[in-house]
Amino acid sequence: MKNRQGKPSVEELARELGLEIVAGEKGSGRLIEDGYCGDLLSDVMGNAPPGCIWITIQGHQNIVAVALLREMAAIVIAGGFTPDNDTVLRADQEGIPLLRWPGSSYELAGKLHAIGIKGEDPDKGK
Amino acid sequence: MAVLKKEFHIHKNDFFRAGEASISIKNLLKALGIRPQIIRRVAICGYEGEMNVVMHGGDGKIIVEICPESILLLITDNGSGIPDIPLAMTKGYSTATEKYREMGFGAGMGLPNMKKNADSFAIDSVVGEGTNVRMGFSLTSKKE
Ligand SMILES: Nc1ncnc2c1ncn2[C@@H]1O[C@H](COP(=O)(O)OP(=O)(O)OP(=O)(O)O)[C@@H](O)[C@H]1O
Ligand SMILES: [Mg+2]
Repeated sequence: MKNRQGKPSVEELARELGLEIVAGEKGSGRLIEDGYCGDLLSDVMGNAPPGCIWITIQGHQNIVAVALLREMAAIVIAGGFTPDNDTVLRADQEGIPLLRWPGSSYELAGKLHAIGIKGEDPDKGK
Repeated sequence: MAVLKKEFHIHKNDFFRAGEASISIKNLLKALGIRPQIIRRVAICGYEGEMNVVMHGGDGKIIVEICPESILLLITDNGSGIPDIPLAMTKGYSTATEKYREMGFGAGMGLPNMKKNADSFAIDSVVGEGTNVRMGFSLTSKKE
């Protein structure tokens, strides 16, 4: 499923793991470089790596601003939570893929890790 | 002297537009060819500052000044002000309401994040009058 650079696109990943694309389909060709989990926005803002897929249970529209500012590849709303209508509108406007996953953040992070999206901190041990 | 100066308004409790000013600033810096590492840090500081005005401040504005060797962000509001700045700067300290906490705000990390990501950081505040935060970013900085 991986392309030449060894990284899946949002669309490929969604197909492989059965994630539902709710909005922002325009951006579904983006490559996933990394991953991050978090529900506290200033933690995510400070620490999420660029090009990551972000797993959160927050569904309000401010998550789209965070994803844009951090240059993320996509947002996944986990835990069966549903994004607000404003979030869907904004994600469509901005072309930020917004996905849904019925299971827990932990479970999805495990699956991403298993297919090679490791989310390792490049600064670790420096 | 600033080569380019832009001003954006921020409104109390305006969640729909919260983050817009920082996104505009980020796009502007990108168009000017500023290095991505610097844009990333300006974006973090702009967002956290903007959110603080929306959540805790009042009406305010964010001013960006682009100079040949640096970028300046000035965030001012006419809100309630901060009675104890060292306390507000402490990681984990927050007066965010329950409603904001449920939305994932109120980790008490915004001001520490701003200080960490800017090359220079200054805050002053008068209770009942408002708050100013001034941050500088060197365009020659090696900081990641
Ligand atoms: N512009 C402001 N006006 C009034 N009070 C402020 C302002 N900015 C910050 N504060 C006060 O400082 C505290 C700490 O701010 P900080 O940004 O570090 O955390 P937070 O906004 O509460 O949570 P987070 O940023 O992690 O979502 C706030 O809870 C608030 O009491
Ligand atoms: Mg804050």
